[in-house]
Amino acid sequence: MTEDIRTLTTRLAEEPGSLAFLELAEALRRRGQLEAAGKVARGGLSKYPGLADAHDLMARILSDQGDLAGAFDAWADALRIDPMRTGALKGIAFLYFRAGQADAAIEHLQRAAEADPDDESIAQALVKVRRESRSVSHRTVEPAAGPEPAAATDPASAPASSPAPSPVPSPLPDAAEPGSPFAEMDGGRSLVLVDANGLRLAGSLPSPSGEETGDRVAAQLAGVSREAARATRLLGLGTWQSITLESSDGHFVLVRPTGETVLLAAREQSLPMARVVLLAERAARAAKQWLEQVR
Amino acid sequence: MTAAQTALDRVTRVPGVRGALVASAGDGLVVAEQLMDGVDGRAAAALAGSLVGRLVRTADGAGRRPPAFVQLRAERGSILAAPCPNDLVLIAVVGPDANVGLARLEMLDAAGRLD
Repeated sequence: MTEDIRTLTTRLAEEPGSLAFLELAEALRRRGQLEAAGKVARGGLSKYPGLADAHDLMARILSDQGDLAGAFDAWADALRIDPMRTGALKGIAFLYFRAGQADAAIEHLQRAAEADPDDESIAQALVKVRRESRSVSHRTVEPAAGPEPAAATDPASAPASSPAPSPVPSPLPDAAEPGSPFAEMDGGRSLVLVDANGLRLAGSLPSPSGEETGDRVAAQLAGVSREAARATRLLGLGTWQSITLESSDGHFVLVRPTGETVLLAAREQSLPMARVVLLAERAARAAKQWLEQVR
Repeated sequence: MTAAQTALDRVTRVPGVRGALVASAGDGLVVAEQLMDGVDGRAAAALAGSLVGRLVRTADGAGRRPPAFVQLRAERGSILAAPCPNDLVLIAVVGPDANVGLARLEMLDAAGRLD
């Protein structure tokens, strides 16, 4: 046993409720002690089922063990908790690529690149997958297989029984698409739906002086979901559900209609915050249905 | 006892509060803390500080005054934050059954005294 593993084992024994299991399992995985790594990771997951890091780690261990369907499920779990987690996006892209699903692999790598534009390994992987994809399409007579994992070329190594991870964000709706998701909600005022890139998808947000601020606010909210997810994950609080802000001239509530969008509801300070939360939750349900229609 | 320690003392007495800390809003450095085992104070300070900064800019963008209180609610608890004068922020990590209403009142009062 190496010194670092001994130290980490001691730390975990002294603080069994701590996050030391992450480091220990990763150190064991790197040394090829996959069975022990899996045992430690599973123990940690039982205490922190809402921790995306733990699912990501479990996926890497399962992948190393050759259990690719299990790894796919674990990465999908990580993405449900943190939709922009680059490790999980890269992992699933790798599995899709191995299964011959280049389009799905590219989609996941593109999402990973959006989440972490500075990670050169993602850009390199994208180049490689695109090149391989073109080379395969030139060699085959039939068009590329559909997006379903079950259509994998190698069922033994494909996550055939696993559900696909959360979808890639769609383009913005245009004028031909259905109207505002909030049209029938309290006049639809001061509700804004924002995508992961800080672009306003629907709604409006007038300032107290009447100036429209929706786009400006949307830009500030780019990445807020990721930031909130990181904070709650590291503090062992699970998936974030809402953010409420009280100021002396307004109450604001942020909720997450889907993994890739946030919705901001704003009301006067006189309306109790709990009522604004209910309004935001109702608006989030309407936004989710609307997004399904326009996609 | 310093003003910060007094503030933390009051907040951590509220049922369900796992810990509280005072941090610098700008760089997330911890000024004072009272945390239960397992709560990572540095992470809480850095992440909550960054999130509060973003929300202050959001409120400003909407033409509103800066937030006096923020709650990030999650499956198994919440992070509460009350910006204070002098670029400080009072942060509390609470469990799912915490009395958030009482914690909010204590934090707003304590934040006002951290001048």
